[in-house]
Amino acid sequence: MSTAQLSLATAAGQMIAPQPDPDAALSVRGLTVSYADKPAVFSVDASFAAGAMTAIVGPNGAGKSTLLKAALGVIPRLSGEVMVFGQPLAQARARIAYVPQRASVDWDFPTRVIDVVLMGMYRKLGLLGRVRIGHRNAARACLDRVGMADFATRQIGQLSGGQQQRVFLARALAQDADLYMLDEPFAGVDAATEAAIIAVLKSLRDEGRSVIAVHHDLATVADYFDRVLLLNVRRIAEGPIATAFTPAALQSTYGGRLASAQIDQLKLGRT
Amino acid sequence: MSAFWQALTFQAGYNATLVTLGAVLLGFAAGAVGSFMVLRKRALVSDAMAHATLPGVGLAFILMVALGGEGRNLAGLLAGSAITAGLGLLCVDWITRHTRLAEDAAIGAVLSVFFGIGIVILTMIQTMDGGRQAGLEGFLLGSTAGMLYADALVIAGGGALAVLAVWLLRRPMTMVAFDAGFAQAMGINVRRIDLAMMGLVMGVTVIGLKIVGLILIVALLIIPAVTARFWTERSGAMLWIAGALGALAGYLGAVLSTIAPAMPTGPIIVLIAAGLFLFSLLFAPLRGVAAAVIRHQRFQARVHRRQGLLALARLEPIHDPLTLRTLRRAGLIRADGVATDAGRAEAARAARDERRWDMARFAHQDTALTGRYDGLTPIDAVFTRDQIAGFDRLIGPPQGVQS
Repeated sequence: MSTAQLSLATAAGQMIAPQPDPDAALSVRGLTVSYADKPAVFSVDASFAAGAMTAIVGPNGAGKSTLLKAALGVIPRLSGEVMVFGQPLAQARARIAYVPQRASVDWDFPTRVIDVVLMGMYRKLGLLGRVRIGHRNAARACLDRVGMADFATRQIGQLSGGQQQRVFLARALAQDADLYMLDEPFAGVDAATEAAIIAVLKSLRDEGRSVIAVHHDLATVADYFDRVLLLNVRRIAEGPIATAFTPAALQSTYGGRLASAQIDQLKLGRT
Repeated sequence: MSAFWQALTFQAGYNATLVTLGAVLLGFAAGAVGSFMVLRKRALVSDAMAHATLPGVGLAFILMVALGGEGRNLAGLLAGSAITAGLGLLCVDWITRHTRLAEDAAIGAVLSVFFGIGIVILTMIQTMDGGRQAGLEGFLLGSTAGMLYADALVIAGGGALAVLAVWLLRRPMTMVAFDAGFAQAMGINVRRIDLAMMGLVMGVTVIGLKIVGLILIVALLIIPAVTARFWTERSGAMLWIAGALGALAGYLGAVLSTIAPAMPTGPIIVLIAAGLFLFSLLFAPLRGVAAAVIRHQRFQARVHRRQGLLALARLEPIHDPLTLRTLRRAGLIRADGVATDAGRAEAARAARDERRWDMARFAHQDTALTGRYDGLTPIDAVFTRDQIAGFDRLIGPPQGVQS
């Protein structure tokens, strides 16, 4: 848009597209991602506050994981802009840790738990840097933080679903990042693992780090998270739980799929 | 037998020694490179590439003859094969990315089309002057007869380069093979790593044309890698084990073909690799079939023993023949099915364990611990003595079967 057009638009009293928020941990603007000819995420503007825990919530097929992956550059985006701590993604890679969906990898891969965690230190180790005792100790500390210290030398194929998820979280901890992005971290894990993971995430937040998680359990959103992004291909609502996680917003996110009786049972913000 | 021994110890003549050394290096490189290919689950792409080498071989021959050179120059033929192999790879890649066809369909299409073109070109060469003596059909199944020193150098140099590249790239290649999404998020260019991996596969394929031939080279890439997987749970070790197995197959195959010159080298090497695979499949200590059968039988015996003991404790009749056999063999029941003293004591212990587990599930908050109940794990493997004493207090005074 040229300066002349811009001033014309301003003069006409139209909204100028919001600038990326430099204080946000992650901000996406006009993000569209499509598989073949069908947009999974369409023109989403969202800003994820730094130092907060934000849930991305929406029905199946709403594009929650797609938004996360596109923001990370794991899948290509059709259009839109991604800024991480006010920087383009490519320059901020070292500040992001990613926890993919547990089911996205083959757990029969020949590797041990500690080796998976060490993968989180790839940026520190580089192509040929030797894995030293300091790296191993740091990796064990990450495993300890998720309650998996005893499993360091276990073959990953022997882990239960919850243990797999904890190992993935430990690998992300090894990245020592400022922004943690998790894709369905509680999917199919036991209650103890869920509690352990949420404790770690809250401690990360309390250290001033930012957490964004794709979440599917509406009942726990208000307990676990500070903020929420309601998504259904488009952005429906965004903000602190109290103002964004409302019956009206949920109704327009889920449509008829969510009975009003179900909504009544949730701990919601005010309308 | 002495001829065999001479071949084994590199004393069967100059040419045989060259072939053997070449086959060993090729086998090592193929095993190491193939490991990553198998871990990335793209093993069959190499087959498309191997078949796509054939037009390149033919075209390079025609070009070299047209330029007045020696058409059979190995380096020239391999360069030509590398070009069409790369083209084949790009075709598979393009079809997979830009159409709705899956990779296996793309591989099938590219493989057969390139191979067909290659056969047509080879047939045309047969009609050329001197084409009949070109011996290009030796590239189909490998032919080591008349291998030159320069040929051996090309194979050895190429193999060493491939192994070096695998060593340099092992870390990003492992990360991409295990979790490509995570690798991409970390800033590793997954596409470039994949291309590098396929480039290495192409290199091995090309240098393997002379010894193993294009039809069977895929076997030398895949079989040592999947064989190595039987023996290790670590990707780093798998790489070197696969290399060693490939080298062993190359060595034995080359030696055998020295004493049986009428046999093509490629199939012999592949059959030896397959023999190593079969042995590993059956007898590998952790992942082998025999180990799995034994493990399952032991597990089954544990289940039946436990179920039988619990039935004894509850004074229920036991009908399952395997349960009866297991208990009888352990001396826990007599031939007529009545519990022995040892059997009664064991049964009481098993019943007590069950009751303690019931209490643990009722009283203990940590579901990760109580979740470890599977009917077989003794409770003292999970909870401390003090905790168990606590469960006993909840159970209250003794009841049920007493020994």
